[in-house]
Amino acid sequence: MTALSRIRNFSIIAHIDHGKSTLADRLLERTGAISERDMREQVLDDMDLERERGITIKANAVRIDYTADSGVAYKLNIIDTPGHVDFSYEVSRSLEACEGALLVVDASQGVEAQTLANAYLAIEEGLEIIPVVNKIDLPAADPDRAAEELAGVLGGTADEVIRVSAKTGSGIDELLEAIVDRLPPPGGIEDAPLRALVFDSFYDSYRGVVSSVRIVDGSISKRDAVQFMATGLDVEADELGIRRPALEVVDHLATGEVGYLITGVKEIDLIRVGDTVTHTATPTEQALPGYQEPKPMVFSGLFPTDGDEFERLREALDKLRLNDSSLVFQAETSRALGFGFRVGFLGLLHMEIVRERLEREYDLDLVATAPSVAYRANLTSGEQVWIRSPQDLPDVSSLASIEEPFVKVMIITPSEYIGTVMDLVQQRRGLMGEMTYLSPERAELHYRIPLAEIVFDFFDQLKTRTRGYASLDYEPDNYQISDLVRVNILLNGIPVDAFSTIVHRDKAYPYGKAMVGRLRELIPRQLFDVPIQAAIGTRIISRETIKAQRKDVTAKCYGGDITRKRKLLERQKEGKRRMKMVGQVEVPQEAFVAALKLET
Amino acid sequence: METPVAGRQTPDDGLSCELPAASSRPDSAEIAQAASDWRSGYVHVPFCARRCPYCDFAVVAADEPGGVETDRYVDALVAEIGMETVPFPLDAVNVGGGTPTRLQPAHLSRILETLDARFGIAERAEISIEANPEDWTDDVARTLRSIGFNRVSFGVQSLDPAVLTALGRVHSPEQARSAIRAARSAGFATTNVDLIYGTPEETDPSWRRSVDGVLDLEPEHLSAYALTVEGGTGLSRAVLAGAPAPDPDQQADRFEYVAAAADAAGLIRYEVSNWAGGGHACRYNLSTWMMGEYVAFGTGAHDHRDGIRARNIRRLDAYLTHVEGDDRPRSGSEQLNVFETERERFMVGLRLVAGVDAGTIGGPFLASADGKRLAEAGVIGTSGARVRVLKPLLTDLVARSVLSVSADDC
Repeated sequence: MTALSRIRNFSIIAHIDHGKSTLADRLLERTGAISERDMREQVLDDMDLERERGITIKANAVRIDYTADSGVAYKLNIIDTPGHVDFSYEVSRSLEACEGALLVVDASQGVEAQTLANAYLAIEEGLEIIPVVNKIDLPAADPDRAAEELAGVLGGTADEVIRVSAKTGSGIDELLEAIVDRLPPPGGIEDAPLRALVFDSFYDSYRGVVSSVRIVDGSISKRDAVQFMATGLDVEADELGIRRPALEVVDHLATGEVGYLITGVKEIDLIRVGDTVTHTATPTEQALPGYQEPKPMVFSGLFPTDGDEFERLREALDKLRLNDSSLVFQAETSRALGFGFRVGFLGLLHMEIVRERLEREYDLDLVATAPSVAYRANLTSGEQVWIRSPQDLPDVSSLASIEEPFVKVMIITPSEYIGTVMDLVQQRRGLMGEMTYLSPERAELHYRIPLAEIVFDFFDQLKTRTRGYASLDYEPDNYQISDLVRVNILLNGIPVDAFSTIVHRDKAYPYGKAMVGRLRELIPRQLFDVPIQAAIGTRIISRETIKAQRKDVTAKCYGGDITRKRKLLERQKEGKRRMKMVGQVEVPQEAFVAALKLET
Repeated sequence: METPVAGRQTPDDGLSCELPAASSRPDSAEIAQAASDWRSGYVHVPFCARRCPYCDFAVVAADEPGGVETDRYVDALVAEIGMETVPFPLDAVNVGGGTPTRLQPAHLSRILETLDARFGIAERAEISIEANPEDWTDDVARTLRSIGFNRVSFGVQSLDPAVLTALGRVHSPEQARSAIRAARSAGFATTNVDLIYGTPEETDPSWRRSVDGVLDLEPEHLSAYALTVEGGTGLSRAVLAGAPAPDPDQQADRFEYVAAAADAAGLIRYEVSNWAGGGHACRYNLSTWMMGEYVAFGTGAHDHRDGIRARNIRRLDAYLTHVEGDDRPRSGSEQLNVFETERERFMVGLRLVAGVDAGTIGGPFLASADGKRLAEAGVIGTSGARVRVLKPLLTDLVARSVLSVSADDC
């Protein structure tokens, strides 16, 4: 047997909570990569946030040794993938490094939209798939139904589905055998010039950039002079290693193997995921097909609550970017919120994670504006400009049309909720595509829908309407001209950018009315009447008035107790400090946050 | 000498004195300035027949535990007054509560005598007592007048029985009317009526009837307060439990009504909530608003001397223990620095219609962003060297802006 034939590289594809990490842990434990005593639950997820959310953000690769029933010793590389739709780009990189994938579904839940999306991605990459039904030990488990669904999706039969309980360890031996029997070994030419795929990289403050690599052709040794082909960076391979899951330094990585490479480079931009590593002296002629740059889909303004924290926010974003090249940001000034950044994210979860990391790891207190998408404005001059914030939208007179991004949405829902799901999607300007039944109880619905309509609370609504049973996945699908307008919110005659938005014309009135009503509740009364207006251009579509404050006095100031009176006023004054002046109007900080939670 | 309203006579009992002339308008700068030099004394009587749901003063109701014999309390007051080492003559004395008329006239007489012996009550001092109408008979009125009181302040609150019930008051509207008449015939120089507006049970017509009814009795002084929900009171618990709270806009309407009616009746507003005829402004209160010095005795009483604000223990038993153990019954004090004193003078003085001398803080305040905004909105204005609040119902809003001025700005 050749060395190549004793290697298996695979990913585990699973929906959040379907037990991917537990399964990985069990594989590690069963093969002795980690002792039961050392077993930390879910070894592969090493960031706190990931552990808390039960999801994996950064891909990781772990090698385990497995001696099959046949007596042959195999090297198995588990290449971990993120579980969420926002990170489909990261999923695709990881899959590129594999020959096979375990498609895991929960025996009580069945197939979920995200799992399916990633499974299709794996099939497109030409990966061999082993369907696995997990959690068969659960009382609510229905392994037969889940197996039927899986077989239906993959076009196989139910008896090809491996049934396991990652929790109890049942079925794990059978799964390990299936991995070596059913998944193909890596291809690759051992004596060809080096071609190694960078499928992940992260920044370590001591070691610099650490890249995860898959050796496609040839091999690499410590001290080799290598080149990153896309950037033309020539460096030396300082250190090679594998994770078991503890780091283990090696001298050499051979064809088909997976490991990490450290070159001492500190700038993550110089080592791009998807790049090809080759030998400087004997380079390959053909780089591996590269990856696309990740494209931010959702934008939000992030502003420090305390204006003095602006620089700290910049530093924190810079640091996060070292580990997350998909994060893009640029400084932005808001009349209402001061100095901050316009930040682009891969999706909503990505946005939430970044924001949480900023607040938690960097101890920042942030105000985030409502997420928006990137519009494309066609000007009458024939020019095309990107609109990432409502403020960027040029004057109506110079606008020929506005295009908005659409996504293809796949929703899997129990059949009984089809009606309410259709209703929700219709409200969000969704166009129905096909609908197929996975089983009599569950249907897969396809829609085309403006991204802007799902960036805000769509997922929550879907979950609420289906009692948490529906799942969702989406992928970008072209730009299209829509009848979009900017609704400005004017406070005392002054437009307030933080409350303005770009919406479909049909939704402008409900949005304006709701926002104006909400602000009237949130903004305290002032010294004078304050009109709040919603306007499209110069046309006012909604108006409310905050009546001037008439009484703010303690009737009695008696008995000489001036101290108490003063202390009361001082406490009240502290409350006033958290106000932002918008023109002549004092707006409480909470108003900015609360107003954005608006449901129209 | 001239009184603004014909028929309202000021008995010549000595109230017009070396203090500003009795004819001084209550809202004049002259009287406000003079008040900063007056010295006064306050005596707190914590006893009440029952606790009113809105009251957060140091009070012990007859039906609550912790009450003591009034003799013992008066002994303690006398002892506390005796602890004074640096007495000064008093231009005004106020016996408040609680319900001072829960004490026997002999008690009250003893208190005044003790104060006079220790401090000396100025010959023409204002000597005032708070009273509930139901306690105030012709006899009581004559007796109290004879022992030296020349001003009485009645907790009338309303002439609407429904509102009186809601406020926990036990007197009838008729008792309120007869109490005022009794005070006048007994020769009290100044009769004050306290009214409370904005009780949820009150309607606009009922408020108008209360105001008109009280003004018909031609009191020399009127205090009208917006009902305030103070923490820890029965009212506050009720509101937290969902009972209606006073509505500030409605209270503003009611204020406007009483202000117009009092003005038509010839009374002059001189503080946020106080009106008086010429010569009848309350000296004790004016002195507390103008950083005058005052001594105070009894539970929860507040004292201001030599730049130090001190307060007494509120609990009756603890107060007695201290005094009977020959200890000053203080629960705390604070000494303000020069800037804080100036800021407080300015802030509190803004409650007066006469306004307050700009001093060192007035300029920086007027120049601050808040000050400019307030001036622009017509909330504050100046007349000569004085800064005035032109919209009295926004006085606290102005005060908070004053508190934002820092020592560095001055």
